Amino acid sequence: MNWINAIAQGLLLGGLYALFACGLSLLFGVVGIINLAHGDLAVLGGYVAVAILPSVHTNALWALLFVPPIFGAFGYVSQRTLLQRSLENGPLTTLLVTFGLSVVLQNALLEGFSADSHSLSIGKLATQALRINSQLSISYLRLGILVVAVVVLAGVQLLLARTSVGRQIRAVADDNEAAAISGVNTRHITGIATGIAFVTVAIAGLANGMYSQFTPTSGSSLLLFAFEAVIIGGLGSLWGTLAGGCVLGLAGTIGAQIDSTMGTLIPHLVFLAVLAVRPSGFFPARAPA
Amino acid sequence: MTQAPVAPAAPVATVRIRRSTRTSRWALGPTAIILIVLGYLPYGTGQGTTTMLVDFFILLTLGVTWNMLAGYAGLVSVGQQAYIGIGAYGVLWLAQHGVEPFLALPIAAVACAVLAVPISFLVFRLRGGYFAIGTWVVAEVLSLLTIRDSALGGGTGTNVPGLGGFDPVVLGAYTYWAALGVAVLSLVGSYVLLRTRVGLALTAVRDDETAARNVGVRVSHAKRIVYLAAAVGAGGAGALLAISQLNVEAHNVYGVQWSAYMIFVVLIGGIGTLEGPILGTIVFFVLQRTLASQGAWYLIIVGSVAVVMAVWVRKGLWGIAERFGLRLFPTGYHVTDSTR
Repeated sequence: MNWINAIAQGLLLGGLYALFACGLSLLFGVVGIINLAHGDLAVLGGYVAVAILPSVHTNALWALLFVPPIFGAFGYVSQRTLLQRSLENGPLTTLLVTFGLSVVLQNALLEGFSADSHSLSIGKLATQALRINSQLSISYLRLGILVVAVVVLAGVQLLLARTSVGRQIRAVADDNEAAAISGVNTRHITGIATGIAFVTVAIAGLANGMYSQFTPTSGSSLLLFAFEAVIIGGLGSLWGTLAGGCVLGLAGTIGAQIDSTMGTLIPHLVFLAVLAVRPSGFFPARAPA
Repeated sequence: MTQAPVAPAAPVATVRIRRSTRTSRWALGPTAIILIVLGYLPYGTGQGTTTMLVDFFILLTLGVTWNMLAGYAGLVSVGQQAYIGIGAYGVLWLAQHGVEPFLALPIAAVACAVLAVPISFLVFRLRGGYFAIGTWVVAEVLSLLTIRDSALGGGTGTNVPGLGGFDPVVLGAYTYWAALGVAVLSLVGSYVLLRTRVGLALTAVRDDETAARNVGVRVSHAKRIVYLAAAVGAGGAGALLAISQLNVEAHNVYGVQWSAYMIFVVLIGGIGTLEGPILGTIVFFVLQRTLASQGAWYLIIVGSVAVVMAVWVRKGLWGIAERFGLRLFPTGYHVTDSTR
């Protein structure tokens, strides 16, 4: 791998990180939940595809049709039942509950699918690449993931800014009680926001499954990268999150270029450096999202 | 203006303000007896019991110190395994350099506090849940840095030198006493800390952080002290882990499963009480022993119980006991009628 290639791959990897970070950021910004089970939910999305795909179609791209809607419904229901209850107990409780869920999910997947790694097969597309020159080739899959990330981020942005549901979601995020007084069904709206966040988690989980292998325990590192992308980009800014994801992706591939064992360490160190120097991130939202 | 005549002193009930409750005074005797029995145990029972109790004391120390962080200072850390790892590797490194492992234990624990100072300035920039994940990142970084050092065994771990010279029975007894000491110190330390100014500041913060700041409570200072104290506790537990398992392996000591155990112990027992983690450790330990053969099911069950506790039984098992007026470690004051 040469330097230009490392940079290109890093930017593409940033798309995947941003896709993960989108749901985390949304859930915290709107619902006020830091979801410690975020990464495990994404992995769960991959396993749902593994379980259902054989009966539908062999190409994993089909999973994009049914896993995100399932997750959307799952998100709505879990918000209306468990998460709402824990929110009423205060922010501490949601942390503990989502961490508990994370452990339960990991071990349930371990019990159901063993510790073996799985991946989602997308046929020939996985190996095809756009060959720019002899040193630089861009895989269609990675490019596709970056495009999906941009589309998802733009879609969420548009939904929040332009639609009636989006307006209600922002109202609830700003002031729950005032929104309720103005006639917003706050619980329903929070449920919808959680559902949307879960849809993005499912898409991210599927993209990750096509991109690399996953095991029941790979959720933790996904959560850490998503979180770092959010902080580097600046809280509450969706496009900042994309930039944060790209910074992490670049740090990973360039770090691996310097020393192949540094691929995971360097992004974490970059994050800690940003936290030390610029704790509000590079593109903090001026007004709350 | 003439002064209003002073009213004759009305007969008021004499009240006394005290910390201790009847149960806490009554509990002193049995506590002393339990401690003496526990201290004498290596002479009376086999190695199986003491080895099991070492694991128990490690878990208890972790639960008690995590409870200080989350239950009193409001700092939900998912990264205490950073200090477990540093404590364990601290003992390993010191032992490799000729320090007696049992002497290395307190040194490693104190080293954790020293390391926690710069880390606290970094992670305290994050609030609430972001603090939780930030501490996790720090633990991950320390783990990745540790396994880069091949002298410390790299990713596969290595044995702690300096323990081979002991007779196995003597080593078991020493390890047991060290574990008992660490657990008792963490309990007593938490209790004393909560009765100082720091404890008072934490109570104010817990009730209303903004108001506490406004009346001049040094909020960050109080939180930092608790963070450092918890680092010492986790470091001591990690050092014990290294000594009792005779070897150190990064994936084990830096594993996030330790955070899961701490959280479950505290949630089941009752967060924000000193008695809760003790009860929680006993329950968790029994669950762990009985469900060990079930593989992953045991964590599924324990995790679900903890989630249910967090949402519906917020004060845990000890909260249920407290409804009947039980209190073993009184940290606050209450008013009683001394004529009774």
